[in-house]
Amino acid sequence: MKLAEIKELLRAEIIWGEEYLDHEINMACASDLMSDVLALGKPGMLLITGLATVQSVRTADIIEAKAILYVRGKKPDQEGIALARKKGIPLLSTEFLMYQACGFLFGRGLKSVKDEEVDR
Amino acid sequence: MINQPVNGPESRLVQSFSIQGGDFHHAGHVSTQIKEILKELGIEPNLVRRAAIVAYEAEMNVVMYARHGTFILEVTPAEIRFQVEDEGQGIPDIELAMQEGYSTATPEMREMGFGAGMGLPNIKKNADCFQITSEVGKGTLLRITIFLNQKKAQ
Repeated sequence: MKLAEIKELLRAEIIWGEEYLDHEINMACASDLMSDVLALGKPGMLLITGLATVQSVRTADIIEAKAILYVRGKKPDQEGIALARKKGIPLLSTEFLMYQACGFLFGRGLKSVKDEEVDR
Repeated sequence: MINQPVNGPESRLVQSFSIQGGDFHHAGHVSTQIKEILKELGIEPNLVRRAAIVAYEAEMNVVMYARHGTFILEVTPAEIRFQVEDEGQGIPDIELAMQEGYSTATPEMREMGFGAGMGLPNIKKNADCFQITSEVGKGTLLRITIFLNQKKAQ
């Protein structure tokens, strides 16, 4: 799934990184707990979070996330945006709640970093 | 501070960083620098990533629980070594602190997205060798090694 499709689906604003919209994203991890992201994150994933501190960008850089999607209209401050530019991590912001954003993306086939089936 | 390139069998790089306890704003800055250094040395990306995760968790522990800390990075042709020593409250029960989910974090730490009790277990998971010693009221010492010439599942 291209970052551009994620932007369209979630009516997201690009905070920074228009030139990365054709990048392919294959999995995602959603959490406000950076500890969990460090423990579970995988390279190339989309980080979905409501934590808009500079730590969200630092964590994305450490685990090599491909992009960050902020939910509930959140956006990092200028320092966070500057760090994301420096590290080449595009930033998106959607007004959807985290649960909705995850649901829409999962429904379109974007996998979790921990891909397990449940009994239906 | 000694800073030498790794380019021969005996050569090594040693670099020391200072970490200020309680400085949540700059937390992660040292780990970001360490990651850049390891990348510039041409170390295999998966090992750089594991080392960066370990460094970040260790740095956050100093920021959250200590007054001050020193992070020493050493890279030899065979391994990456971290020594992280802090002056702080220390850990009364290391076995308990090593359990996933155990945390004594404050609300401020949690607001920053940390303090979920995953730090030390995550360091252990990503390190090849991990030693921790602590003295209550004095501080904690971590010694971490990641081997450069071996394969470990992520």
